[in-house]
Parts: sequence; C-alpha cells; structure tokens
Amino acid sequence: MATDPLADQAALQGREAWEQEAERERAHGIGPWRLALRRLRRNKVALAFGFLFVLLVACCVAAPLWADRVAHTGPNENHLSDTIRVGGETKNVVGLDGIPIGPTWRGEFFLGADSNGRDIMVRLLYGGRNSLLVGISAALITTILSIVLGLIAGYSHGASDAAVSSLLDILWSFPVVILGVALGVALALDGVDIGPFSVSGDSLLIPIFVIAIAYVPYMARPLRGQVLSLREREFVEAARAQGAGPLRIMFTEVLPSLTSTILVFSTLLIANAVLLEAALSFLGAGIRPPNPSWGTMIDDGVDRISTAPHLAIVPGAMLVLTVLSLNVLGDGVRDALDPRANVRLEH
Amino acid sequence: MRRFIVRRVIQMVLVMFAVSVLVFLIFNVIPNGDPAVRMAGRQPTETQIEAIRKEWGFDENIVVQYTTTMKKVFTGDLKSYFTQLPVDEEIKKGLPRTLSLAIGAAILWMVVAICFGLYSAVKAGRFADRFLTIIALIGISLPVFWIGALLNHYLGFKLGWFPNGGYVEFTKDPVDWFYHLILPWTTLAILFIGFYSRVLRSNVLDTINEDYVRTARAKGLSERRVMVRHVLRTSMIPIVTLWGLDFGAVVAGGAVLTETVFDLQGVGQYAAEAIGQLDVPPVLATTMFAAFFIVVVNAIVDILYAYLDPRIRPQ
Amino acid sequence: MTQHRSGPEQARPLANVETTQAEAGGASTDGSAPLVEVEHLKVFFPIKSGLFFDREVARVHAVNDVTLSIAEGETMGLVGESGCGKTTISRAIMRLVDSTEGAIRFRGQDVTHAGRRRMEPLRREMQMVFQDPFASLNPRKRVGQIIGLPLRLHGSERKEIEPQVRELLARVGLHKEHVNRFPHEFSGGQRQRIGVARALALEPRLIVLDEPVSALDVSVQAQIINLLDDLQDDFKLTYLFVAHDLSVVRHVSDRIAVMYLGKLMEVSPAEELYTKPIHPYTSALLSAIPIPDPEENRRRERMVVSGEPPNPINPPSGCVFHTRCPRATDVCRTLEPPLARYPNGHLAACHHPMNVSPEEVKATEKDRTSPLSAGDELPAASGANGSGLGDGH
Repeated sequence: MATDPLADQAALQGREAWEQEAERERAHGIGPWRLALRRLRRNKVALAFGFLFVLLVACCVAAPLWADRVAHTGPNENHLSDTIRVGGETKNVVGLDGIPIGPTWRGEFFLGADSNGRDIMVRLLYGGRNSLLVGISAALITTILSIVLGLIAGYSHGASDAAVSSLLDILWSFPVVILGVALGVALALDGVDIGPFSVSGDSLLIPIFVIAIAYVPYMARPLRGQVLSLREREFVEAARAQGAGPLRIMFTEVLPSLTSTILVFSTLLIANAVLLEAALSFLGAGIRPPNPSWGTMIDDGVDRISTAPHLAIVPGAMLVLTVLSLNVLGDGVRDALDPRANVRLEH
Repeated sequence: MRRFIVRRVIQMVLVMFAVSVLVFLIFNVIPNGDPAVRMAGRQPTETQIEAIRKEWGFDENIVVQYTTTMKKVFTGDLKSYFTQLPVDEEIKKGLPRTLSLAIGAAILWMVVAICFGLYSAVKAGRFADRFLTIIALIGISLPVFWIGALLNHYLGFKLGWFPNGGYVEFTKDPVDWFYHLILPWTTLAILFIGFYSRVLRSNVLDTINEDYVRTARAKGLSERRVMVRHVLRTSMIPIVTLWGLDFGAVVAGGAVLTETVFDLQGVGQYAAEAIGQLDVPPVLATTMFAAFFIVVVNAIVDILYAYLDPRIRPQ
Repeated sequence: MTQHRSGPEQARPLANVETTQAEAGGASTDGSAPLVEVEHLKVFFPIKSGLFFDREVARVHAVNDVTLSIAEGETMGLVGESGCGKTTISRAIMRLVDSTEGAIRFRGQDVTHAGRRRMEPLRREMQMVFQDPFASLNPRKRVGQIIGLPLRLHGSERKEIEPQVRELLARVGLHKEHVNRFPHEFSGGQRQRIGVARALALEPRLIVLDEPVSALDVSVQAQIINLLDDLQDDFKLTYLFVAHDLSVVRHVSDRIAVMYLGKLMEVSPAEELYTKPIHPYTSALLSAIPIPDPEENRRRERMVVSGEPPNPINPPSGCVFHTRCPRATDVCRTLEPPLARYPNGHLAACHHPMNVSPEEVKATEKDRTSPLSAGDELPAASGANGSGLGDGH
C-alpha cells in the first residue's frame, strides 16, 4: 500500500510513471491499463478489501433472499408484541421496558431487533441496498457531470469556461453537508418538478441528486485543471493541425489521459457519497423513514445508545467496513495507476 | 498586490451575491408546493399560512420575494415558526460554542497530522508508514456522528473518563470547558487527521527529492534541520491553504454532526434540529451564513497565499 | 524509388492534385505560382489585465509585417533566435493561430481567416512536424494509432489504414512490427521519425517543420535531415523548415529567411547566405556557429552582438536590431530600413549592408515585400561597408 521510496525518487522529466515502469519491466506494447492491473494484482491488501466490498454489496443485493428464507420478515414489519424462542426460553422481541432484544445469532433476529421490533439484520441488508444504491448512483452522476463540465471548461476557454468555473466556485462555497442538508430539506416535503419529471419528496432520487450535485465541484475542478494543461500539449496541437474538431480532440486525445484520475476519484467518491448519505439520513435530510438506510438506523441507535447499544454499533460497523474497503481499494487503484500520483479528493 | 486584493474582494462579493441567490432558489423556488405552507411547519392554520405569505411576499414576483427574503435574513427579522424564537438570537448564542469546537479541533488535527504525516514520509515504505496509513484510512472511513456517539457513550457515560456531553462556558470555568471539549475535538479531528496526514506525507515525499533539499544536505545540515527548515516549510504551503478552506467548512458544516452528538448547543446543532423538523427559516439562515463564512475565508486564504508565495501574484 | 502514390489510395477522391487545383479557382498550373505565401502578415497577441474584465493593455508583436512566398518543391529555411516570430509564422500558416493583419494564401486561395470547415480539405495538403519528440505524440496511444489518425480523420477505412501505416513506418526507417508500441518505447530520433511518418500519411504538398531536430542529439540530427531530404524527392514535398541554428538549415534549404523580433532581416539563396551575409545580424548568427578547428576559429573575425533581444511588446523604433548592432547609427534608430533587393534574389533590410560593393548598393531597389512601416530610404553607397567583419564560410 505504501509507495516505494525509490519509485518516488524517479523524478524524470515529463515522463509518466507508467512509462518508466514499462521500461523497467521491458514490457513492449503494454499499455497503462495492463501495467496497472499487474501492479494491482500484486497489492494483496487492496485486493482483499476490494473483495470484501464486493462481498458486502452482494450480501445487500441478496437482502430479499435473507428476508424471505432466513428471517421470514420484511424490513418495515413491526413485531412489537411478538415473542420468539431463544435457547429454550421465550422472550419478548421488545421487552416491557421498551428495550429490544439483542443479537440472537439465529435466523430470526440474527442481530436483534430495534425499538419497533423490526429485524435489524433485515433492515441492515435493505438499508445497505438503499445506502449503496444512493452512493453509487450519486457517484456515477457526479462523475459524468464532472467529465462533461471539466472538458467544456478546460478545453473551451472564454465564456464557457468562465460560466462553468463560476458555477463550480459557487457550489464549492457550500460545505458538502450544508448543501446536502439545504437541498435535502427543501426538496423533502413536496418533491420537485423538473420539466416533465415529477419527483416526490420520498423518492430515492432526491438524495441521489442532492449528493451528486454536492460533490461535482470536488471532481470537476481537478479535471478542469488537468484538461487546461493537457490542452497546451503538442500532441493536442498536432491533432488540431490534422483537422480534428474540438469534440473529437476532447474525447480521443484529452479524455484518455484523464481516465486514471477519473478512476481513482470515482472510488473515493463512492466512499464519500455513502458517508454523506449516512450523515444526511442521520440528520433527517436524506433517505426518509420508514425507508431503511444505515444513516437512519444509526440515528435511531444513537438515541437509544445507553439501553441498546447494538442498535447503533451494528449499522455503523457495516458502514465503516464498506467505506474502509472502498478507501483501501481506491488507494490501491491509485498506486497501481500512477505510483507517483498526488491525486487527492479534496474535502 | 493591492490590485489583486481589490479584485479578489470584488470577486468575493459577487460570489456572495450568487450564493444568496442560490440559497433563495433552493428554498423558495425549486421545490414543489407552496413555500408558505412549507415554512409554516406542521399543521398550520389557514390564517398562519396567509400571514406567512404576506410577510414573505410569496404572492408577488420573484424579485420582490428575493429582496424580502434577504432583508429578513440580514436584519434579524427572521423567526422560526416552530419555536417562535428569533433566528439571529439563536445563532448568536451558539456561535461561541461552535467556534470553540472548530478552533480546538483544527489545532489538534493540524498538530497531529503534521506529526503523523512527517513521520510517515520519513519512514516511507517501512512498517511504521504502512501502519500509519492504515490508521489514516480507518480515520477517513469513520462516520463522525457514529464514532462521536460511541466515544461519548463508552468513554463518557460508561467509563466516566469524560463528561457525558454538554458544554461549559469558557468564562464560567476554563478547565471544565476544556474537559468537556476533549472528546468532541478528538471526534472531529479524527477524520481530518487521516486525510491531512496523507496529503502531507505525499507532499513531503515529493519535496524530499527536490534539488534544493539535496543541496541543503550536501551543505552538511543535520537531517532534522533539513526536514524542518526546508522540507516542511514548502510542503506546508498547500496544507495551509487546505487547512484554511477546511476550517471554514468545519465551522460551517462539519460541526453540525459533532455538536448534535455531544449536545453542545452550538449553531450546528441548532441547524440540525431545525433540519429534523424541516423548519425552513433557521436552515435558510444558517446555510446562507455558512456559505458566506466560507467565501470570506476562501478570499482571505487566497490573499494570504498570494502574499506568502510571490510566484502566484499577478503582475 | 517506389512512388507512394500508386496503390489503393487512388480510390480516395481528394488525393488528386488536379482536383484540388481546380478548386483553387484557376490558380495557374505553370508551376511558378507559390504554393504558400504570406503577405504583410502581422500576428499580435494581446496581453490582458484589468480589475473586473480583462482589457487588452499591450500586445506582443510576434510577427510584424512579414511577406514571404514559397514555391512548390522548394525548401525555405526560416531562422532566428527564440522569440523572433518564426514559430508563430509556422503556426499562422497552419491556421493554428489567428493572424491579426495581412493575408495567408495557399495555392492562391486566401485562407487568412479560414475556419475549420474551410480548412478541412486543405489540411490534407499541409502538415506539420513538431519540435518536441516527447510531447508531440500522445503517450497513451500506440504508434499505429498516432500515424493513422490523419487518415481516419479524412475518411479512410480502418482496413486500408493498417497497411498504409506499416508502409509509412518503413519509409521513415522504422520497423513495421513496432506499429503497436507506445511512443515511450522509442528514442528521441525515432519519435521524430514517427512524427514525420504522421505528417506524410496524407501525402501533403507542404510540410511545415517547427525546429524538428532542435531537441535531438547532433548525430541524430544529421540522420533526420537526410531522411527529410530523401523524402522530399520521393514525395515531391515543399518544406518550410524553421530552426534557430543556421548550420542545420544549410544543406536542406533552397532559400533562407532570417528573422528578428517579428521582422525579416534577410532573405537569400541558401549558399549565398553563408558566403555573403549582407545583414549584420546574419553575420552575428554565423559567428556564433562554433568551428571545431581551434586555429580557424581563432583566425576568423567575429561579429559579436551585445545584450539581449528587446521585449516584443515594445519593439525598438527604426531598425529593430539597432539596440544590439555594432554598426548602428542615427538613421538606424529613427528610420526602419526597407527590404532592399540585391543581385541574385538576395534581400536585406539594413542601412549599412555588409559584403556588398558600392555598385550593388547603388543598384538596389525597394522590394515589394518590404514592410509597410518601412520607409523608402535605401542604403547610401558610402554607408555600405565591405569590410572583413563577419565573413561567412
């Protein structure tokens, strides 16, 4: 995971790290992607965490399976007055003092119940679905928007650049949480009408849209910077001299050089988006109840932390594991693509 | 230089204007539904809604709405319809608490991040580096509100090492004030420590290989002197800028989560409660001020940066 | 030598020379019309500054009224120090940079302000080789893709491109099998060969070479120049060869133009520039060329100029070279010398020309390519100095 200090010292003029590496390995005709893959494969830790992430996603996707076959209950079903048999005893799902049952490590209520008698494990998996769906979709939208905006602003100069840059600057002035909160609150009650689309306040699209917008400046600005400098390179001039139009140059000459940055940022972006969703939901401005989400579960849990700590610990731990594995994977991807990179997602 | 400052300040004002328009749009224009109903909160009466509509000018054109909104926000004429309390009073009450949290956390994270980052860079590739990197990665993966709640519960409530949340005025009892803030500072700092130590590490690694550092070593300076005087100085510049920007972000936003968990009753928590209630006026005001604060801090940071680094000053 | 023109390329509609000439609207086909010419070309770059909005506060006079024409099949060398405007002219001709005043004509067609669409068919006929072998090839693309790009842009099918690209690689002296390698796997000289191959792909008429060998080792320079020479015969190319080193252009050029601070100092048939430099600046450039033999080096008389080139934002009055010229007098400070025509098509803009006899000085006329800002003051016979200063070799 940590970069090799010798590799760092190879400060050759203007040569990208993967070119140096290809030379070192006497690899002919191997492009940056194959080389990166090789490096990544050597990074066992990153691979392990990547696998963990995939595993977590798979579990969440399989939520209905668990709900149907194992727990026999849905994420929003209350079992306030139910009892279950645990180890020969019959216990109340939610005790008379209001304290719900802790983890039973059995099929039903595997991780216990919450104060409404809902199965935590089921909610965890469904909540994961929501959180991950929101996080990944938001990251995807941010990436696409950032590429488009970054290309337009960086390549066009003049008015388009000024317009896009000003917009990014303004968005940048809002801390992510504040912007997310503002948008979330504003749109939560009645939803929003954009032209032919009408989105209700409860829809998942709202947090997706909110989070995506909040993160656009964090990716678009670095991309724009890169495009600005790439634009001046001679091979871009050469393409112009051959008669290539601006659109073609943007996509076939400039974009390929951006792909490493994009890839690294996307991974980190998903991690941050999932965290932001949790934060927003925790505050009540994200995914709205009763839809489960790791954020809302933590919110419930924190309220009752003194009596039933498992309510907060479980979703939190899941969230941390997911985000951590994404971060480690992202770190590994960055190392693999460009060991000397100084790429960072600005907070 | 003066020209630059003037230009930057003008730019700042323009951005603030744009921000105010954006906030206005977010709260009063973009969403569906009747803004008066939205503001009035839960189960409002018809008269209440009408009163709000008149007060805010929702039956007039958009420009009038905008100017009314701005007037209300800046003259302190803003009131929450839930709590019936004036917004600016609440903000003023909460501000010193939020600032205590933010400044303390900022200092803490800066100091620790520098140590971690520098040490990590010096021992690059070895176990210490890898270990610190893992710690940093965990740090940036922890949700602030979750870890805060856990720390508060286990270290504060269960073990009693720290107070169980709450805030004590500095003027009343400085020691207690400090004592109560230790956990919140740590919580808020963890995330940033993780992030900054890695940025510092990579900056230091880049600088270490520069020619002028090699010259310094060749001159015979001790390794520590080289590190602190030459390497650290340069690596710090981008960090300082980032720090300035993040400080704004923390005061304006990150504190929201921490204050809530530790019950510090600062501006952040005020906003958080309003959010939970979907109470528009406080959220509107806090959003606006948060963004303004950041714009101002950005401008100050830019000017400071230009002052410190003569290279980027325009002609 | 195998004519590259035979083969499947004949199917391409625009490869035909005659068709394009007809498009040019009646340019003469007697071969004497210039392939490309610039007329009183000025390229100024604005310097913007301001409180709110950027206003133009000054201009960089990169190219300041230059008239040149290059005939078909000719090689024109364009020489000068950095900042003299030679690179800007090359970019202006390729329409990579907008000109401020004046005209650019390609085959008689005015292309001064031609936009991308109008330039499209012309791009097949004019190509460019760039200076930096490391920056002019996209590091993320394979060599085959890089060379094939112009072919793809102008409509060739992928099937046709592959064999053509391999052929081109062979033509420039590289291995056909390396078509799938990346630029970084080649040396600087090889990368320039790739650049040349790319420029040849569309079989252009004109190739503009912007300091194509400046970034290469001396031994490699000679190889590339020889390659360019060979290719010129085979492909019937016209070259505009921009360089800062007079020794480089000597063997390739038919004519050489010397520029300084955006203006032409001297235009001459190639060999004559070295044996009979008329402008003091040319002498100075020649003096700067090192001679390996130390005795000969000591023996020659050198013209040494002092100081640094002035700022192109505020060019000096009168003759732009007067601030550094050891022969400068009052008239040089006030009056811009016109480009005077000397025997043999040799032009020079100087009030005190060198290496010319008084008869030749008397017989000069102001050339039509003289800048509009220059006066009519031709050098006086007495002012001419045929002294030994600055003998070329």
